Amino acid sequence: MDKTRRNELADFAFNVRRNCIRMTNHGQSGHVGSMLSMAEIITVLYNGVLKNVSAEDPKNPNRDRFILSKGHAGCAVYAALYEKGYFPEDWLMTYYCDNGKLMGHISHHVPGVEFSTGSLGHGLPVAVGMALNAKLKNNSHKVYCMMSDGDMNEGSTWEAIMFAGQHKLDKLVGIVDYNRVQALGHSENIADLEPLDEKLKLWGWDACYVDGHDLEALEDAFNAVEENGKPTMIICRTIKARGIPWLEDTVKSHYGFIPDDKVEEAIAGCLAFCEQTKKGE
Amino acid sequence: MRTVFNKTLIEIAKNDPRIHMILADIGYGEIEAFDEAFPGRLYNVGVAEQNMTGVACGMAMEGNICITYSIANFPTLRCLEQIRNDVCYHNQNVKIVIIGGGVSYGPLGVSHHSTEDIAIMRALPNIVVVVPCDNLEAEAATHAMIEHQGPVYYRCGYKNESDIHDGPIDFKIGKAIPVTEGKDIAIFFTGPIGYDAKIAAKKLEAEGISVRLVSMHSIKPIDKEEIVNSAKNIGKILTVEEHNLSGGLGSAVAEVLADECCVCKFKRMALPDVNVSKVGSQQWLREQYGLGVEDIYNTAKAMVTGK
Repeated sequence: MDKTRRNELADFAFNVRRNCIRMTNHGQSGHVGSMLSMAEIITVLYNGVLKNVSAEDPKNPNRDRFILSKGHAGCAVYAALYEKGYFPEDWLMTYYCDNGKLMGHISHHVPGVEFSTGSLGHGLPVAVGMALNAKLKNNSHKVYCMMSDGDMNEGSTWEAIMFAGQHKLDKLVGIVDYNRVQALGHSENIADLEPLDEKLKLWGWDACYVDGHDLEALEDAFNAVEENGKPTMIICRTIKARGIPWLEDTVKSHYGFIPDDKVEEAIAGCLAFCEQTKKGE
Repeated sequence: MRTVFNKTLIEIAKNDPRIHMILADIGYGEIEAFDEAFPGRLYNVGVAEQNMTGVACGMAMEGNICITYSIANFPTLRCLEQIRNDVCYHNQNVKIVIIGGGVSYGPLGVSHHSTEDIAIMRALPNIVVVVPCDNLEAEAATHAMIEHQGPVYYRCGYKNESDIHDGPIDFKIGKAIPVTEGKDIAIFFTGPIGYDAKIAAKKLEAEGISVRLVSMHSIKPIDKEEIVNSAKNIGKILTVEEHNLSGGLGSAVAEVLADECCVCKFKRMALPDVNVSKVGSQQWLREQYGLGVEDIYNTAKAMVTGK
Protein backbone atom coordinates (compact mmCIF):
# COMPACT_ATOMS: atom_id res chain seq x y z
CA MET A 1 0.00 0.00 0.00
CA ASP A 2 1.53 3.30 -0.99
CA LYS A 3 1.78 6.19 1.42
CA THR A 4 -0.90 8.31 -0.25
CA ARG A 5 -3.47 5.56 -0.02
CA ARG A 6 -2.48 4.72 3.54
CA ASN A 7 -2.93 8.35 4.51
CA GLU A 8 -6.32 8.52 2.80
CA LEU A 9 -7.54 5.41 4.53
CA ALA A 10 -6.14 6.51 7.90
CA ASP A 11 -7.98 9.81 7.55
CA PHE A 12 -11.18 7.96 6.67
CA ALA A 13 -10.84 5.77 9.76
CA PHE A 14 -10.16 8.85 11.88
CA ASN A 15 -13.25 10.57 10.52
CA VAL A 16 -15.31 7.48 11.37
CA ARG A 17 -13.93 7.48 14.92
CA ARG A 18 -14.42 11.20 15.39
CA ASN A 19 -18.01 11.08 14.23
CA CYS A 20 -18.75 8.03 16.36
CA ILE A 21 -17.45 9.89 19.42
CA ARG A 22 -19.41 13.03 18.59
CA MET A 23 -22.62 11.25 17.61
CA THR A 24 -22.69 9.01 20.67
CA ASN A 25 -21.86 11.96 22.90
CA HIS A 26 -24.63 14.04 21.36
CA GLY A 27 -27.15 11.20 21.46
CA GLN A 28 -25.93 10.04 24.88
CA SER A 29 -25.90 6.46 23.66
CA GLY A 30 -23.49 3.60 24.17
CA HIS A 31 -21.23 1.08 22.43
CA VAL A 32 -18.54 3.54 21.43
CA GLY A 33 -15.86 0.92 22.13
CA SER A 34 -17.51 -1.50 19.69
CA MET A 35 -17.51 1.18 17.01
CA LEU A 36 -13.91 2.21 17.41
CA SER A 37 -12.62 -1.35 17.24
CA MET A 38 -14.04 -1.74 13.72
CA ALA A 39 -12.96 1.61 12.25
CA GLU A 40 -10.20 0.20 10.06
CA ILE A 41 -12.31 -2.76 8.94
CA ILE A 42 -15.18 -0.57 7.83
CA THR A 43 -12.66 1.76 6.17
CA VAL A 44 -11.17 -0.87 3.91
CA LEU A 45 -14.60 -2.35 3.17
CA TYR A 46 -16.00 0.94 1.87
CA ASN A 47 -12.81 1.95 0.11
CA GLY A 48 -12.18 -0.81 -2.34
CA VAL A 49 -13.23 -4.17 -0.91
CA LEU A 50 -16.98 -3.78 -1.47
CA LYS A 51 -17.48 -3.70 -5.23
CA ASN A 52 -20.20 -1.78 -7.07
CA VAL A 53 -21.28 -0.10 -3.83
CA SER A 54 -21.94 3.60 -4.25
CA ALA A 55 -24.32 6.31 -3.12
CA GLU A 56 -25.14 7.04 -6.76
CA ASP A 57 -26.45 3.53 -7.39
CA PRO A 58 -27.26 2.01 -3.98
CA LYS A 59 -29.47 -0.75 -5.40
CA ASN A 60 -27.08 -1.91 -8.11
CA PRO A 61 -27.91 -5.62 -8.39
CA ASN A 62 -24.25 -6.43 -8.83
CA ARG A 63 -23.21 -4.70 -5.61
CA ASP A 64 -21.49 -6.68 -2.93
CA ARG A 65 -23.81 -7.07 0.03
CA PHE A 66 -22.65 -6.07 3.48
CA ILE A 67 -24.51 -6.95 6.65
CA LEU A 68 -23.44 -5.68 10.04
CA SER A 69 -24.53 -8.33 12.47
CA LYS A 70 -23.15 -6.43 15.46
CA GLY A 71 -25.88 -3.87 14.96
CA HIS A 72 -25.07 -2.03 18.18
CA ALA A 73 -22.05 -0.58 16.40
CA GLY A 74 -24.14 0.69 13.50
CA CYS A 75 -22.99 4.24 14.18
CA ALA A 76 -19.63 3.31 12.64
CA VAL A 77 -21.38 2.22 9.44
CA TYR A 78 -23.43 5.41 9.41
CA ALA A 79 -20.20 7.39 9.77
CA ALA A 80 -18.66 5.50 6.84
CA LEU A 81 -21.78 5.94 4.71
CA TYR A 82 -21.72 9.66 5.42
CA GLU A 83 -18.12 9.81 4.25
CA LYS A 84 -19.23 8.07 1.04
CA GLY A 85 -22.02 10.56 0.42
CA TYR A 86 -25.09 8.48 1.24
CA PHE A 87 -26.74 11.21 3.29
CA PRO A 88 -26.14 14.84 4.29
CA GLU A 89 -24.06 15.97 7.22
CA ASP A 90 -27.04 17.26 9.18
CA TRP A 91 -28.24 13.70 9.68
CA LEU A 92 -25.25 12.80 11.84
CA MET A 93 -26.26 14.58 15.00
CA THR A 94 -29.77 13.17 14.81
CA TYR A 95 -28.34 9.81 15.83
CA TYR A 96 -30.22 8.40 18.82
CA CYS A 97 -32.34 11.56 19.06
CA ASP A 98 -36.09 12.17 18.94
CA ASN A 99 -37.27 12.15 15.33
CA GLY A 100 -33.72 11.27 14.30
CA LYS A 101 -32.67 9.85 10.97
CA LEU A 102 -30.27 7.34 12.49
CA MET A 103 -31.52 4.61 14.81
CA GLY A 104 -29.34 3.36 17.65
CA HIS A 105 -28.99 -0.09 16.12
CA ILE A 106 -28.29 -0.28 12.42
CA SER A 107 -31.37 0.30 10.32
CA HIS A 108 -32.21 -0.52 6.71
CA HIS A 109 -34.20 2.70 6.62
CA VAL A 110 -30.85 4.46 6.21
CA PRO A 111 -29.63 4.65 2.60
CA GLY A 112 -26.86 2.16 1.97
CA VAL A 113 -27.78 -0.20 4.80
CA GLU A 114 -28.84 -3.64 3.56
CA PHE A 115 -30.26 -5.08 6.73
CA SER A 116 -31.26 -4.11 10.24
CA THR A 117 -29.81 -5.95 13.17
CA GLY A 118 -29.44 -5.37 16.88
CA SER A 119 -30.08 -8.71 18.49
CA LEU A 120 -26.94 -10.75 17.95
CA GLY A 121 -26.84 -13.86 15.82
CA HIS A 122 -29.12 -12.60 13.05
CA GLY A 123 -26.68 -11.37 10.46
CA LEU A 124 -24.88 -14.51 9.34
CA PRO A 125 -27.98 -16.65 8.58
CA VAL A 126 -29.36 -13.89 6.37
CA ALA A 127 -25.99 -13.40 4.69
CA VAL A 128 -25.92 -17.16 4.11
CA GLY A 129 -29.32 -16.95 2.40
CA MET A 130 -28.02 -14.16 0.17
CA ALA A 131 -24.84 -16.08 -0.58
CA LEU A 132 -26.84 -19.21 -1.38
CA ASN A 133 -28.90 -17.21 -3.86
CA ALA A 134 -25.74 -15.74 -5.40
CA LYS A 135 -24.33 -19.21 -5.84
CA LEU A 136 -27.54 -20.60 -7.33
CA LYS A 137 -27.83 -17.69 -9.76
CA ASN A 138 -24.10 -17.67 -10.45
CA ASN A 139 -23.98 -13.99 -9.56
CA SER A 140 -20.63 -12.25 -9.46
CA HIS A 141 -21.10 -10.37 -6.20
CA LYS A 142 -19.98 -11.42 -2.74
CA VAL A 143 -21.80 -11.23 0.57
CA TYR A 144 -19.94 -9.87 3.61
CA CYS A 145 -21.11 -10.13 7.19
CA MET A 146 -19.34 -8.57 10.16
CA MET A 147 -19.81 -10.12 13.59
CA SER A 148 -18.69 -9.52 17.13
CA ASP A 149 -17.45 -11.78 19.90
CA GLY A 150 -21.01 -11.80 21.21
CA ASP A 151 -22.31 -12.84 17.79
CA MET A 152 -20.01 -15.83 17.97
CA ASN A 153 -21.74 -16.93 21.20
CA GLU A 154 -25.08 -17.27 19.43
CA GLY A 155 -26.26 -20.70 18.37
CA SER A 156 -27.82 -19.26 15.25
CA THR A 157 -24.39 -18.07 14.08
CA TRP A 158 -23.03 -21.60 14.38
CA GLU A 159 -26.10 -23.02 12.64
CA ALA A 160 -25.27 -20.74 9.74
CA ILE A 161 -21.59 -21.68 9.87
CA MET A 162 -22.51 -25.36 9.51
CA PHE A 163 -24.84 -24.69 6.60
CA ALA A 164 -22.38 -22.43 4.75
CA GLY A 165 -19.63 -25.01 4.99
CA GLN A 166 -21.95 -27.83 3.96
CA HIS A 167 -23.05 -25.96 0.85
CA LYS A 168 -19.62 -24.57 -0.02
CA LEU A 169 -20.81 -20.98 -0.11
CA ASP A 170 -17.64 -19.42 -1.38
CA LYS A 171 -19.26 -16.08 -2.14
CA LEU A 172 -19.66 -15.58 1.59
CA VAL A 173 -17.05 -13.67 3.58
CA GLY A 174 -17.50 -13.49 7.33
CA ILE A 175 -15.62 -10.96 9.41
CA VAL A 176 -15.17 -11.14 13.15
CA ASP A 177 -14.37 -7.88 14.92
CA TYR A 178 -12.49 -9.89 17.49
CA ASN A 179 -11.94 -7.33 20.21
CA ARG A 180 -12.48 -10.05 22.82
CA VAL A 181 -14.59 -7.86 25.04
CA GLN A 182 -18.28 -8.45 25.36
CA ALA A 183 -21.07 -7.04 27.49
CA LEU A 184 -20.03 -8.51 30.83
CA GLY A 185 -16.35 -9.19 30.45
CA HIS A 186 -13.53 -10.55 28.36
CA SER A 187 -14.67 -13.32 26.07
CA GLU A 188 -12.00 -15.81 27.14
CA ASN A 189 -13.56 -15.73 30.61
CA ILE A 190 -17.13 -16.17 29.36
CA ALA A 191 -17.22 -18.46 26.33
CA ASP A 192 -13.72 -18.77 25.00
CA LEU A 193 -13.83 -19.03 21.23
CA GLU A 194 -10.30 -20.26 20.77
CA PRO A 195 -9.04 -21.82 18.63
CA LEU A 196 -11.56 -20.02 16.46
CA ASP A 197 -9.80 -20.52 13.15
CA GLU A 198 -9.43 -24.24 13.74
CA LYS A 199 -13.09 -24.61 14.65
CA LEU A 200 -14.13 -22.87 11.46
CA LYS A 201 -11.78 -24.93 9.33
CA LEU A 202 -13.25 -28.11 10.77
CA TRP A 203 -16.61 -26.98 9.47
CA GLY A 204 -15.39 -26.35 5.96
CA TRP A 205 -14.37 -22.73 6.11
CA ASP A 206 -11.19 -20.95 5.21
CA ALA A 207 -10.21 -18.87 8.19
CA CYS A 208 -7.33 -16.56 9.01
CA TYR A 209 -6.33 -14.06 11.67
CA VAL A 210 -5.36 -10.53 10.76
CA ASP A 211 -4.47 -7.38 12.67
CA GLY A 212 -7.76 -5.55 12.47
CA HIS A 213 -6.14 -2.14 12.82
CA ASP A 214 -3.53 -2.69 10.09
CA LEU A 215 -5.05 -1.24 6.94
CA GLU A 216 -2.65 -2.97 4.58
CA ALA A 217 -2.98 -6.35 6.28
CA LEU A 218 -6.74 -6.05 6.18
CA GLU A 219 -6.77 -5.19 2.51
CA ASP A 220 -4.44 -8.07 1.75
CA ALA A 221 -6.66 -10.47 3.70
CA PHE A 222 -9.76 -9.43 1.78
CA ASN A 223 -7.92 -9.52 -1.53
CA ALA A 224 -6.71 -13.04 -0.78
CA VAL A 225 -10.23 -14.44 -0.51
CA GLU A 226 -10.73 -17.10 -3.14
CA GLU A 227 -13.84 -18.72 -4.50
CA ASN A 228 -12.49 -22.17 -3.83
CA GLY A 229 -15.53 -24.00 -2.60
CA LYS A 230 -15.28 -22.67 0.94
CA PRO A 231 -16.70 -19.67 2.75
CA THR A 232 -14.08 -17.47 4.33
CA MET A 233 -13.88 -16.00 7.82
CA ILE A 234 -11.45 -13.17 8.42
CA ILE A 235 -10.88 -12.95 12.15
CA CYS A 236 -9.72 -9.43 12.88
CA ARG A 237 -7.76 -9.03 16.07
CA THR A 238 -8.85 -5.65 17.30
CA ILE A 239 -8.82 -3.59 20.46
CA LYS A 240 -12.05 -2.33 21.92
CA ALA A 241 -12.23 1.48 21.91
CA ARG A 242 -9.00 1.66 19.88
CA GLY A 243 -7.77 5.22 19.76
CA ILE A 244 -8.86 6.31 23.23
CA PRO A 245 -6.04 5.10 25.47
CA TRP A 246 -7.91 5.27 28.77
CA LEU A 247 -10.84 3.26 27.41
CA GLU A 248 -9.04 0.65 25.31
CA ASP A 249 -9.76 -3.00 26.07
CA THR A 250 -12.30 -2.19 28.78
CA VAL A 251 -15.76 -3.54 29.39
CA LYS A 252 -16.75 -0.01 30.34
CA SER A 253 -16.29 1.09 26.75
CA HIS A 254 -19.24 -1.09 25.79
CA TYR A 255 -21.46 1.28 27.75
CA GLY A 256 -22.10 4.96 27.90
CA PHE A 257 -20.62 7.73 25.82
CA ILE A 258 -17.66 10.04 26.07
CA PRO A 259 -18.72 12.93 28.33
CA ASP A 260 -18.59 16.49 27.06
CA ASP A 261 -15.38 17.36 28.91
CA LYS A 262 -13.57 14.34 27.47
CA VAL A 263 -14.69 14.51 23.84
CA GLU A 264 -11.80 16.61 22.52
CA GLU A 265 -9.29 14.54 24.47
CA ALA A 266 -10.78 11.35 23.02
CA ILE A 267 -10.67 12.76 19.52
CA ALA A 268 -7.07 13.83 20.07
CA GLY A 269 -6.27 10.25 21.04
CA CYS A 270 -7.80 9.01 17.83
CA LEU A 271 -5.89 11.61 15.85
CA ALA A 272 -2.66 10.47 17.45
CA PHE A 273 -3.50 6.89 16.50
CA CYS A 274 -4.22 8.08 12.96
CA GLU A 275 -0.83 9.75 12.78
CA GLN A 276 0.82 6.56 14.00
CA THR A 277 -0.95 4.68 11.24
CA LYS A 278 0.26 7.14 8.66
CA LYS A 279 3.82 6.67 9.84
CA GLY A 280 3.41 2.94 9.56
CA GLU A 281 3.91 2.43 13.27
CA MET B 1 -54.42 -31.32 4.67
CA ARG B 2 -50.63 -31.29 4.64
CA THR B 3 -50.69 -33.41 1.49
CA VAL B 4 -53.01 -30.95 -0.21
CA PHE B 5 -50.69 -28.12 0.78
CA ASN B 6 -47.62 -29.85 -0.61
CA LYS B 7 -49.31 -30.86 -3.86
CA THR B 8 -50.70 -27.39 -4.39
CA LEU B 9 -47.34 -25.82 -3.74
CA ILE B 10 -45.76 -28.03 -6.38
CA GLU B 11 -48.40 -27.00 -8.91
CA ILE B 12 -47.74 -23.33 -8.21
CA ALA B 13 -43.98 -23.75 -8.18
CA LYS B 14 -44.03 -25.24 -11.69
CA ASN B 15 -44.74 -21.77 -13.00
CA ASP B 16 -42.91 -19.74 -10.39
CA PRO B 17 -39.16 -20.39 -10.16
CA ARG B 18 -38.91 -17.94 -7.26
CA ILE B 19 -40.40 -20.51 -4.90
CA HIS B 20 -37.95 -22.37 -2.65
CA MET B 21 -38.50 -24.57 0.37
CA ILE B 22 -36.15 -24.09 3.33
CA LEU B 23 -36.64 -26.89 5.82
CA ALA B 24 -35.37 -27.84 9.25
CA ASP B 25 -35.23 -31.62 8.86
CA ILE B 26 -38.98 -32.18 8.99
CA GLY B 27 -41.39 -33.36 6.31
CA TYR B 28 -40.64 -37.03 5.72
CA GLY B 29 -43.02 -38.56 3.20
CA GLU B 30 -44.39 -35.19 2.16
CA ILE B 31 -41.66 -32.90 0.88
CA GLU B 32 -39.71 -35.32 -1.32
CA ALA B 33 -41.90 -34.67 -4.35
CA PHE B 34 -40.98 -30.98 -4.34
CA ASP B 35 -37.31 -31.84 -4.22
CA GLU B 36 -37.68 -34.30 -7.08
CA ALA B 37 -39.70 -31.88 -9.16
CA PHE B 38 -37.40 -28.93 -8.57
CA PRO B 39 -33.82 -29.95 -7.85
CA GLY B 40 -31.88 -27.18 -6.12
CA ARG B 41 -34.97 -25.45 -4.83
CA LEU B 42 -35.29 -27.31 -1.53
CA TYR B 43 -32.74 -26.92 1.22
CA ASN B 44 -32.69 -28.79 4.49
CA VAL B 45 -30.68 -26.71 6.96
CA GLY B 46 -30.76 -29.46 9.56
CA VAL B 47 -32.41 -29.12 12.93
CA ALA B 48 -31.74 -25.40 13.01
CA GLU B 49 -34.91 -23.34 12.83
CA GLN B 50 -33.23 -20.01 13.48
CA ASN B 51 -30.93 -20.53 10.53
CA MET B 52 -33.85 -21.83 8.46
CA THR B 53 -35.68 -18.56 8.95
CA GLY B 54 -32.60 -16.39 8.47
CA VAL B 55 -31.59 -18.19 5.27
CA ALA B 56 -35.15 -17.93 3.98
CA CYS B 57 -35.11 -14.21 4.71
CA GLY B 58 -31.78 -13.73 2.95
CA MET B 59 -33.03 -15.66 -0.07
CA ALA B 60 -36.25 -13.66 -0.09
CA MET B 61 -34.31 -10.39 0.01
CA GLU B 62 -32.84 -11.44 -3.31
CA GLY B 63 -36.26 -11.83 -4.92
CA ASN B 64 -37.24 -15.37 -4.01
CA ILE B 65 -40.34 -16.67 -2.26
CA CYS B 66 -39.26 -18.95 0.56
CA ILE B 67 -41.37 -21.46 2.43
CA THR B 68 -40.20 -22.42 5.88
CA TYR B 69 -41.93 -25.57 6.94
CA SER B 70 -41.98 -27.73 10.01
CA ILE B 71 -44.35 -29.06 12.62
CA ALA B 72 -46.18 -27.38 15.47
CA ASN B 73 -44.11 -24.65 17.17
CA PHE B 74 -40.79 -25.46 15.57
CA PRO B 75 -40.88 -22.90 12.74
CA THR B 76 -42.53 -20.21 14.86
CA LEU B 77 -41.62 -20.08 18.52
CA ARG B 78 -38.12 -21.55 18.21
CA CYS B 79 -37.21 -18.82 15.76
CA LEU B 80 -39.66 -16.13 16.75
CA GLU B 81 -37.06 -13.39 16.88
CA GLN B 82 -35.91 -14.22 13.35
CA ILE B 83 -39.52 -13.98 12.20
CA ARG B 84 -39.98 -10.67 14.00
CA ASN B 85 -36.68 -8.90 13.34
CA ASP B 86 -35.69 -10.39 10.01
CA VAL B 87 -38.82 -11.43 8.14
CA CYS B 88 -41.51 -9.08 9.42
CA TYR B 89 -39.42 -5.97 10.01
CA HIS B 90 -37.98 -6.26 6.51
CA ASN B 91 -41.38 -7.32 5.15
CA GLN B 92 -39.94 -10.20 3.19
CA ASN B 93 -41.61 -12.89 1.13
CA VAL B 94 -41.19 -15.67 3.64
CA LYS B 95 -44.12 -18.01 4.16
CA ILE B 96 -44.07 -19.81 7.47
CA VAL B 97 -45.99 -23.07 7.27
CA ILE B 98 -46.69 -25.28 10.21
CA ILE B 99 -48.12 -28.75 10.05
CA GLY B 100 -50.29 -29.81 12.94
CA GLY B 101 -52.03 -26.71 14.26
CA GLY B 102 -53.65 -26.98 17.68
CA VAL B 103 -53.44 -30.42 19.25
CA SER B 104 -53.24 -32.33 15.96
CA TYR B 105 -50.29 -34.27 17.32
CA GLY B 106 -52.32 -35.11 20.42
CA PRO B 107 -50.44 -37.87 22.25
CA LEU B 108 -47.01 -36.52 21.28
CA GLY B 109 -47.46 -34.03 24.08
CA VAL B 110 -47.10 -30.38 24.97
CA SER B 111 -43.91 -29.79 22.97
CA HIS B 112 -45.83 -30.70 19.81
CA HIS B 113 -49.01 -28.74 20.53
CA SER B 114 -49.31 -25.47 18.69
CA THR B 115 -51.75 -23.74 20.98
CA GLU B 116 -50.48 -20.17 21.38
CA ASP B 117 -49.23 -19.59 17.85
CA ILE B 118 -52.11 -17.49 16.54
CA ALA B 119 -51.84 -15.07 19.42
CA ILE B 120 -48.11 -14.70 19.01
CA MET B 121 -47.97 -14.49 15.25
CA ARG B 122 -50.81 -12.06 14.85
CA ALA B 123 -49.07 -9.65 17.19
CA LEU B 124 -46.27 -9.19 14.65
CA PRO B 125 -46.45 -6.27 12.22
CA ASN B 126 -46.67 -6.96 8.46
CA ILE B 127 -47.64 -10.63 8.74
CA VAL B 128 -50.81 -12.30 7.49
CA VAL B 129 -52.21 -15.19 9.56
CA VAL B 130 -54.30 -17.81 7.78
CA VAL B 131 -55.82 -20.98 9.20
CA PRO B 132 -57.47 -23.19 6.57
CA CYS B 133 -60.18 -25.49 7.87
CA ASP B 134 -60.37 -28.21 5.21
CA ASN B 135 -58.77 -29.32 2.00
CA LEU B 136 -60.60 -26.80 -0.15
CA GLU B 137 -59.39 -23.95 2.00
CA ALA B 138 -55.90 -25.45 2.27
CA GLU B 139 -55.54 -25.39 -1.50
CA ALA B 140 -56.99 -21.91 -1.88
CA ALA B 141 -54.94 -20.55 1.01
CA THR B 142 -51.75 -21.84 -0.55
CA HIS B 143 -52.48 -19.88 -3.72
CA ALA B 144 -53.41 -16.79 -1.71
CA MET B 145 -50.28 -17.08 0.41
CA ILE B 146 -47.99 -17.15 -2.61
CA GLU B 147 -49.83 -14.31 -4.32
CA HIS B 148 -49.57 -12.15 -1.22
CA GLN B 149 -46.50 -9.92 -1.17
CA GLY B 150 -44.96 -10.23 2.29
CA PRO B 151 -44.81 -12.57 5.26
CA VAL B 152 -47.59 -15.10 5.81
CA TYR B 153 -48.16 -17.52 8.63
CA TYR B 154 -50.06 -20.58 7.39
CA ARG B 155 -51.39 -22.83 10.15
CA CYS B 156 -52.01 -26.13 8.43
CA GLY B 157 -53.83 -29.09 9.87
CA TYR B 158 -52.36 -32.56 9.84
CA LYS B 159 -54.13 -35.33 7.92
CA ASN B 160 -57.57 -36.83 7.30
CA GLU B 161 -59.47 -33.65 8.05
CA SER B 162 -63.13 -33.80 7.03
CA ASP B 163 -64.54 -31.44 4.41
CA ILE B 164 -66.47 -28.53 5.86
CA HIS B 165 -67.37 -26.63 2.71
CA ASP B 166 -69.84 -28.41 0.43
CA GLY B 167 -68.90 -26.66 -2.77
CA PRO B 168 -66.52 -24.21 -4.41
CA ILE B 169 -65.29 -21.37 -2.20
CA ASP B 170 -64.24 -17.82 -2.85
CA PHE B 171 -61.10 -17.53 -0.72
CA LYS B 172 -59.70 -14.10 -0.11
CA ILE B 173 -57.31 -13.09 2.64
CA GLY B 174 -59.29 -11.03 5.12
CA LYS B 175 -62.68 -12.25 3.96
CA ALA B 176 -64.52 -14.88 6.00
CA ILE B 177 -66.47 -17.65 4.28
CA PRO B 178 -69.99 -18.53 5.48
CA VAL B 179 -70.66 -22.26 5.61
CA THR B 180 -74.35 -21.96 6.49
CA GLU B 181 -76.72 -19.02 6.65
CA GLY B 182 -78.69 -18.46 9.85
CA LYS B 183 -80.36 -15.87 12.03
CA ASP B 184 -80.36 -17.10 15.65
CA ILE B 185 -76.64 -17.30 16.36
CA ALA B 186 -73.35 -16.81 14.51
CA ILE B 187 -70.68 -19.41 15.16
CA PHE B 188 -67.24 -18.31 14.00
CA PHE B 189 -64.58 -20.99 13.85
CA THR B 190 -61.03 -21.20 12.60
CA GLY B 191 -59.30 -24.36 11.40
CA PRO B 192 -60.41 -27.98 11.21
CA ILE B 193 -62.32 -27.83 14.49
CA GLY B 194 -64.93 -26.18 12.31
CA TYR B 195 -66.11 -29.66 11.43
CA ASP B 196 -67.15 -30.22 15.03
CA ALA B 197 -68.87 -26.84 14.97
CA LYS B 198 -70.66 -27.91 11.81
CA ILE B 199 -71.98 -31.08 13.46
CA ALA B 200 -73.12 -29.04 16.44
CA ALA B 201 -74.83 -26.57 14.11
CA LYS B 202 -76.69 -29.38 12.39
CA LYS B 203 -77.99 -30.57 15.74
CA LEU B 204 -79.12 -27.06 16.53
CA GLU B 205 -80.80 -26.73 13.14
CA ALA B 206 -82.67 -29.95 13.80
CA GLU B 207 -84.09 -28.29 16.89
CA GLY B 208 -85.12 -25.20 14.98
CA ILE B 209 -82.13 -23.03 15.89
CA SER B 210 -80.77 -21.36 12.80
CA VAL B 211 -76.97 -20.98 12.73
CA ARG B 212 -74.78 -18.72 10.67
CA LEU B 213 -71.61 -20.83 10.62
CA VAL B 214 -68.57 -18.96 9.37
CA SER B 215 -65.01 -19.99 8.62
CA MET B 216 -62.69 -17.25 9.86
CA HIS B 217 -59.72 -18.64 7.97
CA SER B 218 -58.03 -15.27 8.03
CA ILE B 219 -57.20 -14.12 11.53
CA LYS B 220 -55.04 -11.24 10.39
CA PRO B 221 -56.42 -9.30 8.67
CA ILE B 222 -59.76 -10.29 10.13
CA ASP B 223 -63.12 -9.74 8.44
CA LYS B 224 -64.51 -6.83 10.45
CA GLU B 225 -67.56 -6.54 8.24
CA GLU B 226 -68.62 -10.10 9.01
CA ILE B 227 -68.18 -9.53 12.75
CA VAL B 228 -70.03 -6.22 12.83
CA ASN B 229 -72.87 -7.46 10.64
CA SER B 230 -73.32 -10.62 12.69
CA ALA B 231 -73.34 -8.60 15.88
CA LYS B 232 -75.92 -6.17 14.53
CA ASN B 233 -78.12 -8.57 12.61
CA ILE B 234 -77.94 -11.69 14.77
CA GLY B 235 -76.80 -10.38 18.13
CA LYS B 236 -75.15 -13.56 19.32
CA ILE B 237 -71.63 -14.64 18.43
CA LEU B 238 -69.81 -17.75 19.56
CA THR B 239 -66.17 -18.30 18.58
CA VAL B 240 -64.62 -21.78 18.41
CA GLU B 241 -60.91 -22.45 18.05
CA GLU B 242 -58.30 -25.05 18.91
CA HIS B 243 -56.00 -22.55 20.56
CA ASN B 244 -55.40 -21.06 23.96
CA LEU B 245 -58.19 -18.79 25.15
CA SER B 246 -55.76 -15.87 25.09
CA GLY B 247 -55.07 -14.02 21.91
CA GLY B 248 -56.60 -16.24 19.25
CA LEU B 249 -59.74 -15.98 17.14
CA GLY B 250 -61.98 -15.15 20.07
CA SER B 251 -59.72 -12.35 21.20
CA ALA B 252 -59.46 -10.99 17.67
CA VAL B 253 -63.25 -10.95 17.33
CA ALA B 254 -63.64 -9.36 20.76
CA GLU B 255 -61.25 -6.60 19.76
CA VAL B 256 -63.40 -5.77 16.74
CA LEU B 257 -66.59 -5.83 18.79
CA ALA B 258 -65.05 -3.45 21.31
CA ASP B 259 -63.49 -1.17 18.72
CA GLU B 260 -66.73 -0.94 16.76
CA CYS B 261 -68.89 -0.49 19.89
CA CYS B 262 -70.96 -3.55 19.01
CA VAL B 263 -73.17 -4.81 21.81
CA CYS B 264 -74.15 -8.44 21.50
CA LYS B 265 -74.07 -11.72 23.34
CA PHE B 266 -70.57 -13.07 22.92
CA LYS B 267 -68.72 -16.14 24.10
CA ARG B 268 -65.35 -17.67 23.32
CA MET B 269 -64.71 -21.40 23.20
CA ALA B 270 -61.04 -22.31 23.20
CA LEU B 271 -58.54 -24.40 25.06
CA PRO B 272 -58.24 -23.22 28.65
CA ASP B 273 -55.11 -21.35 29.66
CA VAL B 274 -53.24 -24.51 30.67
CA ASN B 275 -50.70 -26.84 29.14
CA VAL B 276 -52.57 -29.64 27.40
CA SER B 277 -50.85 -32.35 29.37
CA LYS B 278 -53.43 -35.13 29.24
CA VAL B 279 -52.48 -37.95 26.88
CA GLY B 280 -54.79 -38.68 23.99
CA SER B 281 -55.87 -38.15 20.42
CA GLN B 282 -56.84 -34.77 19.02
CA GLN B 283 -60.55 -35.53 19.22
CA TRP B 284 -60.29 -36.92 22.74
CA LEU B 285 -58.30 -33.91 23.88
CA ARG B 286 -60.88 -31.56 22.41
CA GLU B 287 -63.55 -33.26 24.49
CA GLN B 288 -61.39 -33.30 27.60
CA TYR B 289 -60.73 -29.60 27.39
CA GLY B 290 -64.29 -28.49 26.65
CA LEU B 291 -64.14 -28.29 22.87
CA GLY B 292 -66.18 -31.37 21.89
CA VAL B 293 -69.22 -31.32 19.66
CA GLU B 294 -71.51 -31.55 22.68
CA ASP B 295 -69.75 -28.62 24.33
CA ILE B 296 -70.22 -26.46 21.26
CA TYR B 297 -73.85 -27.54 20.91
CA ASN B 298 -74.63 -26.89 24.58
CA THR B 299 -72.90 -23.52 24.67
CA ALA B 300 -74.60 -22.27 21.50
CA LYS B 301 -77.98 -23.52 22.61
CA ALA B 302 -77.66 -21.83 25.98
CA MET B 303 -76.76 -18.56 24.28
CA VAL B 304 -79.87 -18.77 22.11
CA THR B 305 -82.37 -20.06 24.67
CA GLY B 306 -80.92 -18.30 27.66
CA LYS B 307 -80.92 -21.55 29.57
